[in-house]
Amino acid sequence: MLQHASGDKRFKILDTHMKRHQFRADALIEVLHKAQELFGYLEDGLLIYVAHALKLPPSRVYGVATFYHFFTLKPKGAHTCVVCTGTACYVKGAQGVLSAAEAQAGIKAGETTPDNQVSLLTARCIGACGVAPAVVYDGTVAVRQTPELAVEKVKGWMGHGSR
Amino acid sequence: MDLANLIELAETERASRKKFALRCCMAAGCMSLNSGATKAALEQAVRDAGLEQDVEVRGVGCMRLCCQGPLVQADPDGALFEKVEATDAASVVGTIKGGETEVRRGNPDHPFFKHQLPIVLANSGRVDPDRIESYIAEEGYQALHSAMFDMTPKAVVETIVKSGLRGRGGAGYPTGLKWATVAQTPGEKKYIICNADEGDPGAFMDRSVLESDPHAVLEGMAIAAYAVGADQGFIYVRAEYPLAISRLQNAIKQAKKLGLLGSGVFESPFNFNIDLRIGAGAFVCGEETALMASVEGRRGTPRPRPPFPAESGLWECPTLINNVETFANVATIVRKGADWFAGIGTEKSKGTKVFALAGKITNTGLIEVPMGTPLRQIVEEMGGGAPGGTKIKAVQTGGPSGGCIPAEYLDTPVDYESLTKLGSIMGSGGMIVMDETTNMVDVARYFMDFCRDESCGKCIPCRAGTVQMHGLLTRIMDRKATARDLSQLEDLCDMVKHTSLCGLGQTAPNPVISTLRYFRREYEERLKPDPFAPAANGSAVKPTTGTT
Repeated sequence: MLQHASGDKRFKILDTHMKRHQFRADALIEVLHKAQELFGYLEDGLLIYVAHALKLPPSRVYGVATFYHFFTLKPKGAHTCVVCTGTACYVKGAQGVLSAAEAQAGIKAGETTPDNQVSLLTARCIGACGVAPAVVYDGTVAVRQTPELAVEKVKGWMGHGSR
Repeated sequence: MDLANLIELAETERASRKKFALRCCMAAGCMSLNSGATKAALEQAVRDAGLEQDVEVRGVGCMRLCCQGPLVQADPDGALFEKVEATDAASVVGTIKGGETEVRRGNPDHPFFKHQLPIVLANSGRVDPDRIESYIAEEGYQALHSAMFDMTPKAVVETIVKSGLRGRGGAGYPTGLKWATVAQTPGEKKYIICNADEGDPGAFMDRSVLESDPHAVLEGMAIAAYAVGADQGFIYVRAEYPLAISRLQNAIKQAKKLGLLGSGVFESPFNFNIDLRIGAGAFVCGEETALMASVEGRRGTPRPRPPFPAESGLWECPTLINNVETFANVATIVRKGADWFAGIGTEKSKGTKVFALAGKITNTGLIEVPMGTPLRQIVEEMGGGAPGGTKIKAVQTGGPSGGCIPAEYLDTPVDYESLTKLGSIMGSGGMIVMDETTNMVDVARYFMDFCRDESCGKCIPCRAGTVQMHGLLTRIMDRKATARDLSQLEDLCDMVKHTSLCGLGQTAPNPVISTLRYFRREYEERLKPDPFAPAANGSAVKPTTGTT
């Protein structure tokens, strides 16, 4: 079996996962999910490693990794703020929540603050439409958000940074 | 496992039930309101009161009135408690012994509940989705048994044909016809796919079904597999639904353990395995050919049809693709008969439809109503109208592929044909209510922004057309557009609709077309005078190049 030179344990976990899928090419998306779960994001070396293991051209792996929104090729910040922009949230004012968070963090959606503290993202409906607008702070869904609540949360995170 | 074992298991489970039950919603809506803590507190309160012998606290699926969560309902009297916090647990448990509580009581006789006819959601809010026994106690997996042992595969297909069930994913293709095509197509290997890539923003029906009653979907898939002769199934579910994923994984494991899935179902030669495939956030993967590409581990781009998946699908094998809600109907149809199902709904749209009510409406949540229910009954009686006394302006159905139905058409019955006639579609079941404060041009731009972002880029009309239409809509919003821009927008709508490769592009202009049809004034009010328009004396200004 392929061994990663770094000796990083996470590669071993990834190897086990790929083995469970018998290194089949059609498991590529499952493998990339696991890789992102382990490493946080998909850097080039990791993609090449997966390409080798599944006997796929790197272009195919890169093509898949960049096609799907869920995969990210850049590291995320220490905290993530995902504003749902589904229709129900939109009708209930998600745009205002997003703009307020953007202004507070000084970045646009999809970016990370320079001190790597906060990543601001949007999601296409997380299914919490009954309690819109929803924002996911560090993986926890918060319901009925207002611009003020979002600003407060982001401000709290930024306080921990170097600034 | 045979039928006797199954019935015995169901009876044991029913006999083990306690005199009273407190059902606590553990679906994603209430979970995000921390119903997990409420459930733990209820369990503790039951122990504190020394009522373990009499009272069971059961985590169940969606109880539908999501805006009042976390919801708790008591058995057998049906008392409904709303917004139950962990601190309210003791007093809620106290009501069993006749105590008082300050927790708001919901009204189970409210039109929101009264007008519902649950078939797909029959078990939702009642069974514990984490325990297969709870599903078996509601006659679960008996339909699979009777299909396998009392019916031929052909008879199962005929039952579905006769029931008049149509695809619940949006297009409304007759399910029985699809099954018959797959069954008739020769092939050693056939596949079943459950499309759980619920991408329409504002729709959460499939998520609720998967979270609340995963076994109903598995049983439906197994019956389909028996009917068409498949032995491998996939459920393609969105990565955004982690709770649904973990409940499905758990459900598949439990069903396999009891021999209801896997090799030798009910100790017969029939094998059926189900694997999960997790999506990675691409809306276009809801389109069946794109979905299959994604299951095969490739970029989710669609391909031209024919060949249809029924003839050449996954790895070029005959493949049956149905939506979650479609599969969730199957077991009940087999159990209660095609005639029973065909007796519900309208002439061409049979059965019920689950809708996710959201937006500017008082009661948000899930509803399941017979086909043909007037929109007004859903929005005004069940939904309670717009909150704060504002007026409902439009109802959006079908997500980015659908359209806006203006308030004056609220008396339309909800079925496939009527909604299409109004320029919208049934869609997967998202129903977003908009009030007077909603700007319809902005709504159209919102959906176009979505389609522009989600276009896979394979065919030019969709890839370039959505960008151009979005640009024109932005100009109109910014009051920088002229009448020419508007007419160009209309031309583009027509072009993209008729020349795109797949459903995403073909339906992308729908929100614009329908808002233009009913709310054209809102567009026109934002136009500025055209400097190149024919002058009042009739002599046209010489056209200059580059004005388009």
